[in-house]
Amino acid sequence: MSDQTVHFKIWRGDAKGGGFRDYSTECTEGMVVLDAVHDVQREQAVDLACRWNCKAGKCGSCSAEINGLPKLMCMARLSELPTEKPITIEPIKAFPIVKDLITDVSWNFEVKKRIKKFKPRPPDAPDGTWRMQQEDIDRVQEFRKCIECFLCQDVCHVLRDHHLHDRFIGPRFLIYAAALEMHPLDVEDRTDELRNAHGIGYCNITKCCTKVCPENIQITDNGIIPLKERVVDKFYDPLGWIWRAWKKKSDRTRKP
Amino acid sequence: MSHAEIAAPPRAFGQTMRRDVWWLQPALVFCGLSIFIVYSTWAAFQGANYFFGNYVSPFYSPELFGSSPHSWFGPKPGWWPNWLLFSPALLILWAPGGFRLTCYYYRGAYYKAFWADPPACTVGEPRSTYWGERSFPLIMQNVHRYFLYIALIFIGILAYDVWKALWFANGFGIGVGTIVLAINVVLLGGYTFGCHSLRHLIGGFRDNLARSTTSFACYRCVSCLNKRHMLWAWMSLFWVGFSDLYVRLCSLGVWHDFRII
Ligand code: SF4
Ligand code: SF4
Ligand code: FES
Ligand code: FES
Repeated sequence: MSDQTVHFKIWRGDAKGGGFRDYSTECTEGMVVLDAVHDVQREQAVDLACRWNCKAGKCGSCSAEINGLPKLMCMARLSELPTEKPITIEPIKAFPIVKDLITDVSWNFEVKKRIKKFKPRPPDAPDGTWRMQQEDIDRVQEFRKCIECFLCQDVCHVLRDHHLHDRFIGPRFLIYAAALEMHPLDVEDRTDELRNAHGIGYCNITKCCTKVCPENIQITDNGIIPLKERVVDKFYDPLGWIWRAWKKKSDRTRKP
Repeated sequence: MSHAEIAAPPRAFGQTMRRDVWWLQPALVFCGLSIFIVYSTWAAFQGANYFFGNYVSPFYSPELFGSSPHSWFGPKPGWWPNWLLFSPALLILWAPGGFRLTCYYYRGAYYKAFWADPPACTVGEPRSTYWGERSFPLIMQNVHRYFLYIALIFIGILAYDVWKALWFANGFGIGVGTIVLAINVVLLGGYTFGCHSLRHLIGGFRDNLARSTTSFACYRCVSCLNKRHMLWAWMSLFWVGFSDLYVRLCSLGVWHDFRII
């Protein structure tokens, strides 16, 4: 992208209301949306509020909606956006506005506290250590890449459009629960909560969360669907209940 | 703490700030699935031209009762009510139909394309109420694994049809129809063996997955197919329809089956 003037529509306002305001700035090779927002902040709107930290796609603070799609501002290259029309930048929609591009995401931290903590089985060795297979850990490691940008929470229509914050924990916390639930050492059972308090049934697997995740976590396929299957095991599969009861019994008779 | 009151008001149906052609994908899904549903329903109600020599259309296999030589238990049963239309396909199509209807991929796809729930990511929805898959009727989607069990049996039956398609009146041979039916089994296999429920049942339910080597190896194979589940779903859907069309047109004398060997 050669140097050119790029036009933006940036949402300005607070909890009481607001709207788009027009800004333009010179853009050079390699610039990202966050650079442009900083230019605007420096040159035209010193009171423009935006949150950022790392500018490397790792802190998860600069989440916004760029041309209607949830993205990290620091990872959105201007050269990859159409510049014929002004680029729109809005705050994320699933959480209350604080000011301009900043939203109050504290609900997420409250939700996290409600998920049952890691509960390891007794140590495998007398020195208090455990043994696990790398492959088992790889499966949960994927979910630990999460940077808590909450873009997936923003795009999820259950929160974004239906505002079911009190009944559904959202994709970010479903994979957080998956990371604990599938952990090879963990012995806690979270399926009851997943079905009831956490509302996994509200997810209709439309995969918007997976599409926006900047860490490319396969939220739906590797996290939510396997959890839904675990819920089916426990609540909706009569043949499975019989099979497991029989297996438990035969295991017990085998090891006296 | 509920944030319902403070979050942004919901957007109107179709409202979005997106600039791309967001409606294209749901529109393609809508057209693709609609064409398949219309064709397969029409084909299932025909009750004729579903076999050609040693080939039998996958829509009609297994043929439990019917007038073709492929029928398992003879012609239409006497107890079948006269007023009720009979076609061998209607006896079995509920199984693959139910399997696809409750498939995790298709669910996500048709909720968007047919029910606009949402029409596309970040696009406003037509309804303000939402139940998800938590209550009736969509809670029924949880039966998916039972349809999977039947679908696995069907793969065996369709594989046997390919075997039969290798034996012509004058002995062993391979015709274009044999290849069409063989590709059908491969594609349906790729779709069925990549099922999310199978991935769970074969090993995904374990936390210490790698401890059991066989189960882990199977889990890895299923996961590998599962990564492209959407692609397998579409390819197998198209091909199963085409296989029926091929057999049908051969049987009607419109196409001539070319014998390769
Ligand atoms: S797949 Fe489920 S969690 Fe993800 S965006 Fe869609 S409804 Fe929300
Ligand atoms: S799962 Fe992905 S999109 Fe969601 S909060 Fe974590 S990094 Fe962000
Ligand atoms: S500033 Fe850290 S992710 Fe964008
Ligand atoms: S999830 Fe698609 S077939 Fe089971």
